[in-house]
Amino acid sequence: MTVILGQTFTGISIGAVLLLIALGLSLTFGQMNVINMAHGEFIMAGAYTTYVLQKSISSAGISLLVALPVAFLVSGALGALLEWLLIRRLYLRPLDTLLVTWGVSLMLQQLARDIFGAPNVQTRAPDWLTGNITVIGGDDPLTFANSRLFILGLAVAAVVALSLTLRLTPLGRRIRAVVQNRDLAEVSGISTSTVDRTAFFLGSGLAGVAGVALTLVGPIGPTMGTNVIIDAFLVIVVGGIGQLKGTVIVAFVLGVLQSVLEYSTTVSVAKVLVLVAIVAFLQWRPQGLYTLRTRSLV
Amino acid sequence: MSSGSSGSRSSRVPRRGFLAVGAALTAVVTLSACGAKTDAAGSSSDKAAKIDVSGDTVKVGLLNSLSGTMAISEVTVRDSLKLAIDEINASGGVLGKKIKPISEDGASDWPTFAEKAQKLIKEDGVAATFGCWTSASRKAVKPVFEKNKSLLFYPVQYEGLEESPYIFYTGATTNQQIVPALDYLKSKGLKKLYLVGSDYVFPRTANKEIKAYAKANGMTILGEDYAPLGSTEFSTIANKVKASKADAVFNTLNGDSNVAFFKEYKSAGLTAKSMPVVSVSIAEEEVKSIGTQYLAGQLTAWNYYQTTAGAANAKFVKAYKAKYGQDKPTSDPMEAAYTSVYLWKAMVEKAKSFDPEKVKAASDGITFDAPEGKVTVDGASQHVYKTARIGEIGTDGQIKEVWNSGKPVKPDPFLKGYSWASGLS
Repeated sequence: MTVILGQTFTGISIGAVLLLIALGLSLTFGQMNVINMAHGEFIMAGAYTTYVLQKSISSAGISLLVALPVAFLVSGALGALLEWLLIRRLYLRPLDTLLVTWGVSLMLQQLARDIFGAPNVQTRAPDWLTGNITVIGGDDPLTFANSRLFILGLAVAAVVALSLTLRLTPLGRRIRAVVQNRDLAEVSGISTSTVDRTAFFLGSGLAGVAGVALTLVGPIGPTMGTNVIIDAFLVIVVGGIGQLKGTVIVAFVLGVLQSVLEYSTTVSVAKVLVLVAIVAFLQWRPQGLYTLRTRSLV
Repeated sequence: MSSGSSGSRSSRVPRRGFLAVGAALTAVVTLSACGAKTDAAGSSSDKAAKIDVSGDTVKVGLLNSLSGTMAISEVTVRDSLKLAIDEINASGGVLGKKIKPISEDGASDWPTFAEKAQKLIKEDGVAATFGCWTSASRKAVKPVFEKNKSLLFYPVQYEGLEESPYIFYTGATTNQQIVPALDYLKSKGLKKLYLVGSDYVFPRTANKEIKAYAKANGMTILGEDYAPLGSTEFSTIANKVKASKADAVFNTLNGDSNVAFFKEYKSAGLTAKSMPVVSVSIAEEEVKSIGTQYLAGQLTAWNYYQTTAGAANAKFVKAYKAKYGQDKPTSDPMEAAYTSVYLWKAMVEKAKSFDPEKVKAASDGITFDAPEGKVTVDGASQHVYKTARIGEIGTDGQIKEVWNSGKPVKPDPFLKGYSWASGLS
């Protein structure tokens, strides 16, 4: 019993990591239909921001909390810069965007290598995140790792913040208007280029926050972004383009599926089975879990 | 956000978009994987390569990954090789010639290793090459060295079950590292093991050997898990290890996966006291980067630690720190690399020639007072007699020896001296 509960929690925590890395993408790819291959490198930028802050602020706890807003701003600014320099010239050419942002991603990886060195680096986790809490005691205790609970909380907070922003703020209304009908939004007096850049800033900033969370799980390196970007795209595609709730549901479902399968088989077999499940699902529902009428990719 | 129903139009159009995007994504991934060149060994002739001994220098090749995922480890080996070459040159060189190192970057990519090996042998005319770390890179260059009849000195512990007439193995083979580690666990009464490793040749072969040992020695293997190289998601594996209630974990993970594994291990509430982990790929350099908060108290198996006693080691550590910085630790593969240059020098001087065949013929019985203690070359297997050591990682990042084999262990790469290993190949 504790094994099932423990694995479910593990699955939810894997799902939380997936959700964090996919959330920013759900805005830039899902809402704006920009295939940004450099999204993973914005995650990396967030992670390195945490590393740099920890070098200058000795307390691991404070530097982690400071890193959250700072990484959001750093990655967001990088994203806005990328949008202004390149992507805005390519809005109607998704394949060109793909190749250009892939090139940018390679350049950013090399930049990280030049600045921080080729070997991966690590951050120290604060003491209050290295332990665990015991949910069920006894011989066969069920424990939840504090770092995983923190990531779960962070993911939930990010989802709530993003959906409230889209739902309630004037900015969110403008983003939704542009997503649903760009021309009509433009003639209604909305500056679509400003909205695009702001949305890109938000999406990339969320990638930075995901990067901070990933420093609690593994090492920080130039290729950490490429390692997670495919998973992020999978979550968006299965969840349905342009749908926040699809992203949230699919992230957790895939996380639990992965952890349950991994427990009963091996890591590699579980990955294969999850991919097979995704392929089968997309055969049945190519548009993903939820769909939204929108200007399309083609 | 408004949610729309999936009308036929809106459902068809994105799908077509995805096909195009999917195709492009695939193209991108394939492109990035195509940096690899084909094996360079194929086209060369079967003649021995010509060694360039004109002038007053002799060239040697240094073949290490200076970029990519293995750079963290292999750069330290290259630095250590250069230290040995500088020392030898300062004391007069080899056969009156100064050693000129030619350094090539294997870039953590196995076909690149083969290509660069070919270049060092054919274009530079090196007398010998030192380097390689992963078993995959060694297996990639093995045919190149055999075809060109040129020598490679390989300085890293490995899984055994291999011999090549043109490779000298100066790191530990199985019976000098893994078998002593298992003996140690058995002597401590830790008989129920869980095996965790990276998914490639070294951990899979090592675990095959561990399972054969366990079967013959009354030990139980409760589980076995492999994670892809570079994997950072270890929560499920940590849960499985915890649920197995094993006495100890035998860890053959390589590289950065260790960071994620030990973080998760601690988060799951497992400690060096409740369930010790024995690692065979974590040396001082890796301890520094993983962090002692996760590693303190855990065990490692090697032939050398920075703390190993002896004048030769004190001199080595001092010289290394003086050249590369006081905060740089020394580790087993670095020591084996340093030693390999001196062993080659002794062989050449005994043979009075740089010719690989004569060097090989002179190799048996060559000794050197290495930092790890006296090492002797076994001419038949071209491996080295080494002392096995088990160490405990301390809070200061240094590894403290808790057990050693007392005397150098004869290398037995095919485990012929162990009846339980008869089924392995």
